[in-house]
Amino acid sequence: MKNNIINFFATIFLAFILSFVLPWWSVMTAALITSLFIPLKKASVFFVPFLAILVFWAVYSFILSSSNDYTLAKRIAVLLPLGGNPYVLMLVTGIVGGLAAGITAVFGKQFAALAVK
Amino acid sequence: MKYAKLIVSFVLTIGLFFTLNTKLGSIPPIGKFLNPYSGIWQNESTESISGNVRIPGLKDKVTVHYDEQLIPHVFAQNESDLYKAQGYLTAKHRLWQLEFQTFAASGRLSEIIGEKALDYDRTERRRGMGYGADQAIAYMEKYDKETLGYIRDYADGVNAYISQLKPEDYPVEYKLLDYKPEAWTPKKTALLLMYMTKMLAGNDDDLEYTNALRLLGKDNFDLLFPDFFDITDPVIPKETDWSFINVPQTPLPNSKAVLDTITETISKPNPDNGSNNWAVSGAKSATGNPILANDPHLGLNLPSIWFVMQLSTPNHNAFGATIPGALSVISGFNQHIAWGETNATRDVIDWYKVEFNEDRTKYKYDGQWKDVSIRVEDIKIRGKENYKDTVLYTHHGPVVYDKNFKSDMELAGYAMKWIGHGGGNNQKTFLELNKAKNYDDYVQALQYWNAPAQNFVFASTEGDIALWIQGKFPNKWEGQGKFLMDGSNPENDWQSYIPQQFNAHTKNPERGFVSSANQHPVDENYPYYVFNDGYETYRNRVINDYFNSKEKFSVEDFKNLHNNNYNLKAAEIVPYMLEHMDASTLSKEEKVIYNEIKTWKFNNDINEVGPSIFRQWYGKLYNLVWDELDSEELELDSPFTYQTIYLLKNHSDHKFMDIVETEDKVETAKDLFLIAFKEASERLIEIKKEKGDYTWLKYKATYAGHLLQALPAFSRFDIPIGGDRNIVNATSENHGPSWRMIVEMSSPPNAIGIYPGGQSGNPGSKYYDNFIDDWAAGKYHQLNFLQSNQATDAIMSTQTLTPEN
Repeated sequence: MKNNIINFFATIFLAFILSFVLPWWSVMTAALITSLFIPLKKASVFFVPFLAILVFWAVYSFILSSSNDYTLAKRIAVLLPLGGNPYVLMLVTGIVGGLAAGITAVFGKQFAALAVK
Repeated sequence: MKYAKLIVSFVLTIGLFFTLNTKLGSIPPIGKFLNPYSGIWQNESTESISGNVRIPGLKDKVTVHYDEQLIPHVFAQNESDLYKAQGYLTAKHRLWQLEFQTFAASGRLSEIIGEKALDYDRTERRRGMGYGADQAIAYMEKYDKETLGYIRDYADGVNAYISQLKPEDYPVEYKLLDYKPEAWTPKKTALLLMYMTKMLAGNDDDLEYTNALRLLGKDNFDLLFPDFFDITDPVIPKETDWSFINVPQTPLPNSKAVLDTITETISKPNPDNGSNNWAVSGAKSATGNPILANDPHLGLNLPSIWFVMQLSTPNHNAFGATIPGALSVISGFNQHIAWGETNATRDVIDWYKVEFNEDRTKYKYDGQWKDVSIRVEDIKIRGKENYKDTVLYTHHGPVVYDKNFKSDMELAGYAMKWIGHGGGNNQKTFLELNKAKNYDDYVQALQYWNAPAQNFVFASTEGDIALWIQGKFPNKWEGQGKFLMDGSNPENDWQSYIPQQFNAHTKNPERGFVSSANQHPVDENYPYYVFNDGYETYRNRVINDYFNSKEKFSVEDFKNLHNNNYNLKAAEIVPYMLEHMDASTLSKEEKVIYNEIKTWKFNNDINEVGPSIFRQWYGKLYNLVWDELDSEELELDSPFTYQTIYLLKNHSDHKFMDIVETEDKVETAKDLFLIAFKEASERLIEIKKEKGDYTWLKYKATYAGHLLQALPAFSRFDIPIGGDRNIVNATSENHGPSWRMIVEMSSPPNAIGIYPGGQSGNPGSKYYDNFIDDWAAGKYHQLNFLQSNQATDAIMSTQTLTPEN
């Protein structure tokens, strides 16, 4: 459980730092690193980084969007189409980032498992 | 097993990365697009309009005051800095549109949206858009380095902005389509001006008319497409004395049209592109100051075609609507004069049939073989190999149609002669108008203007009003260029141009006002051949009748006229149709509709049902009348509305009234009224089921569509505004008054203006479409004309552009 919490915050922290030097896939890099150095078990391997980045991206989007009355988010939520609901767009944003992070972490776990052997 | 898991998870990871990083069909690369650090969330912001910005190459400091409408008021110390600042600010607020329009102009859309734009791109290139822009740049390099210098300053300004951008700052459209801005060049300004030329002087029907002439014979052709209608209320008043013109019209040679069968022609600009402008003299003005108005009718798009700015140096101070890509104010005013444009549609495109030798390296001309020159158009296509299109050029111009494009003639083609290919120095006209102080300066500025021909309305604080129809016009022989011509006969070439001082114009006419609304420029007394380019016949009469109706006019009257919804077309045909139609066979439901239109007072207001009934009824009627011209094998044009109505009323038994399909019956206009009415009623009842009612509001459903095929997310729908084409308030579904301006020539001038859009090009900005509601309601915004570089109460923020040291 302790590792879960550490991994969660470390993934967010790393993703945040790496975002200054890497494009959007910095979340994949972050998840890869934490999966190697803060190993998790079973479903947590996927879900902890998934949730970490989901929360990070959704909250970050919310902060950017709320200060502008969700003007663009409402439009993009028509474009995609998500019924014009900006909150759904934030959730989708979070899920996209989370998926990228989670899947990469699964790969990292397999890689680590092999390397240990 | 472990290896299998590793490989599977690896493939998944890479697959997911690829999926989220790549544009798939119309779906943007979703990871790039949605991530909060460089995706669309970064565009969720208002404009930064304060502080200092360093701009390399500025000579001096430039102050930019923004008012509450986000209009920048620019105070520069010299013209070079002014146009650099204009380029910078236009890019800052409208970058994507600025660039996209020039991609569209030059036939480069395939680069952005892929193969589906290839036919469009080839058309634009074969039309010679790039060639024309090259000619314009070459002309300036040779004759006007000063103007070219300012165009370079503008480019530097745009590039200063682009070079400051990081990927997260790119406008949202770049993220959606997954590409990035490229450097701006002076040629792009030339391309933008070509785009305007195409939009406003790119229409012609020579090939369609050629088909019609062959099909109908000369008598019927002349009846359907007359050079003058039975009424004319021209731009330049009828009583104008032309005796000062001492260069005659080109004499008629013994030349015959080439009666080819043409099955397909290139796309044409919207025929509704037009405008109103007018001015009243001091004597006719309620305050004693001349008043001027302009409203160009163009497609209603977002971002809007117009960007409003005040542009000043210590030597001049101009304000008004600019077009992203072009320098200075296009429709506006300064401390001394005001000006505006409407389209002067004149036939400045002609088509020549040319015959080639066997390897298509030479073409026949004057009994000899002349060399063809070649321009290879290299079209980049996103995700595909480039497409190379070889376009042959003759002395007439590009051979648009040949065996490689919309034609199957092995050793012949149709060459296009277009004023747009002639180079010229259009930008100079606006630079000079911005600085003009009086009538003489205005006339001086106009002489550089070649195309698209415009009716330039003018008013000054000195009390003059004027209107010049300015463009470079070939001095044609009677009928020249109405139909396809033989390109080997030198007599068919344009022999000379009408000397500029003989272009039709009027200054301080006795009637106390000048006006234009795309109608006939002159009547039959003007000594040069003017072909009927589908001239408007309704707005002009409503406008002129209005100004003849009373002694004095105020700004309030001008507003009312801009927003006038009187449907003269309907008023001229509906009572006739009601009178002559046999209504006895109408069903109960049809009778209801019949009674509705009977009580209509011919105003196209949003709550009326009359306009919807009329649109349906007349539309069905028009198709029934011209069923003869509805062909899938041939390109044909249907006659103009005015002439159609004229024929319905005066030739009601003409054989065109007969419906070809009904072989055993001969219909007359009277029969068509009833058939059309029943068809219209059926459709109206359907609309009522779909939309609840068929009020003009719901029927017309005006919208302002985003430049990317009216992408719903970035567009505005169901805008509550009346009007229609052929009405002074010329708002149809997606077309209408794109900039309404009224200027009273007090000292300094006092002006109001509005356009259906907003100053920002960012769909995430509250300034993206914030003018639309007021525009629809017929309201205007005060244009805060600052007299010095001092922020007034109207200013909400100030930004300083400083040279980079």
